[in-house]
Amino acid sequence: MKPAEFYMRDRTIHPPAYDRGYKTSVARSPQLPLLTIQQTASEITGPTFGHNDFGPLDNDLTMNFQHGDMPVGERMVLHGRVLDENARPVPNTLVEIWQANASGRYRHKKDAYLGALDPNFGGCGRTMTDESGYYFFRTIKPGPYPWLNYVNSWRPRHIHVSVFGTAFCQRLITQLYFEGDPLIPLCPIVQTIPDPDAVQRLIAVLDMNASVPMDCLAYRFDIVLRGRRSTLFENRLEGN
Amino acid sequence: MQNLGYLKESTSQTAGPYVHIGLAPGAAGFKTFDSELGQVIAPEGVAGTRVRIEGLVIDGLGAPVKDVLIEVWQADASGIYPHPEDPRAADCAKGFRGWGRVISDFDTGLFAFDTIKPGPTAGRGRAVQAPHISLWLVSRGINIGLNTRMYFPEDSDLHKADPILNSIEQVVRRQTLIAVQTAPNTYRFDIRLQGEGETVFIDV
Repeated sequence: MKPAEFYMRDRTIHPPAYDRGYKTSVARSPQLPLLTIQQTASEITGPTFGHNDFGPLDNDLTMNFQHGDMPVGERMVLHGRVLDENARPVPNTLVEIWQANASGRYRHKKDAYLGALDPNFGGCGRTMTDESGYYFFRTIKPGPYPWLNYVNSWRPRHIHVSVFGTAFCQRLITQLYFEGDPLIPLCPIVQTIPDPDAVQRLIAVLDMNASVPMDCLAYRFDIVLRGRRSTLFENRLEGN
Repeated sequence: MQNLGYLKESTSQTAGPYVHIGLAPGAAGFKTFDSELGQVIAPEGVAGTRVRIEGLVIDGLGAPVKDVLIEVWQADASGIYPHPEDPRAADCAKGFRGWGRVISDFDTGLFAFDTIKPGPTAGRGRAVQAPHISLWLVSRGINIGLNTRMYFPEDSDLHKADPILNSIEQVVRRQTLIAVQTAPNTYRFDIRLQGEGETVFIDV
């Protein structure tokens, strides 16, 4: 198969599987080294999605679970681009998000936090990037919430983000945080990240230019997926 | 010194315990979308032997992981991926998706999915890969998604030539990627995250 491999994943910017401070990882982390392989068709292909897979409100979390009223909380736009390590846009790729509501409560049968459920807020959205890799959602700013890691551990406000790219080896789930949140440096899950610059790259920035007057603020969050080598084919570089 | 200008990959964070809200909202207990993605890997009628795969993801203490989400990716019965970069993509079985989402049962941890058995796929150069399903696991406590593969026990001759299986230095560990047949067209594939019998995870 001719198509080129993706760049080796830089594991120094990702959390290790095992992190004592994030207790659940202790028994769920492989101890043996990962198997190193050279990529095959199984890794450089991946699922594709069509714009027909989605409904018109799928990317509007303020509307897609409404039962008569607007959800409570700070209305916001989340927008940005999906790029690869070569700084090229990743068009037509699926972006999915999920989050707690403004009270820090998830609509999930396993979440029993005191914070109130919002009858008008589900907490999930999905969209496809356009031709220039751009995506946007409309949602409510999620609240912080406590969790039993240490007795008084709190999650900073965050939105979970899932992205595909074009290949199964690019599959990525991460979380975005919000500029100025004092809980970010205190969070054991944030602290699994060994590189302080990598933490900064997960912080969405207030984007006043993209906010909608008298409607909602906006935060910008760009996502970067693994990039791809050029192949030397008949003595010229392909893929550039 | 000049700057090469490459960007850094976004850093992974755990999918957390509520991954279902985003990727399988029906399982979280509510409906938002008209259709959830990843429910059907191979619709009825797609050519190939229909198989069912069941298993547990087991943590380092021997306990089932009850909040895991697995994505699977596979070729069709002819070994063709439904992806534009497979040179034979035009011949891929019509309607075949190749990708699915599987979640464990919240009470027992058991997962199960129905699909068709993939054919052998092209490896690098002239190599042929034995039929296999690629898996990607995320859950609370997993900081970056874990990739592995499942092979079929009846293909032992093809396994001898499979470049990935053969690259596992400790021969005994190759077995961790091979499912066990429990009934006709039904397989058991347990994934051990840690400790004795730890599954081989792959740096894809």
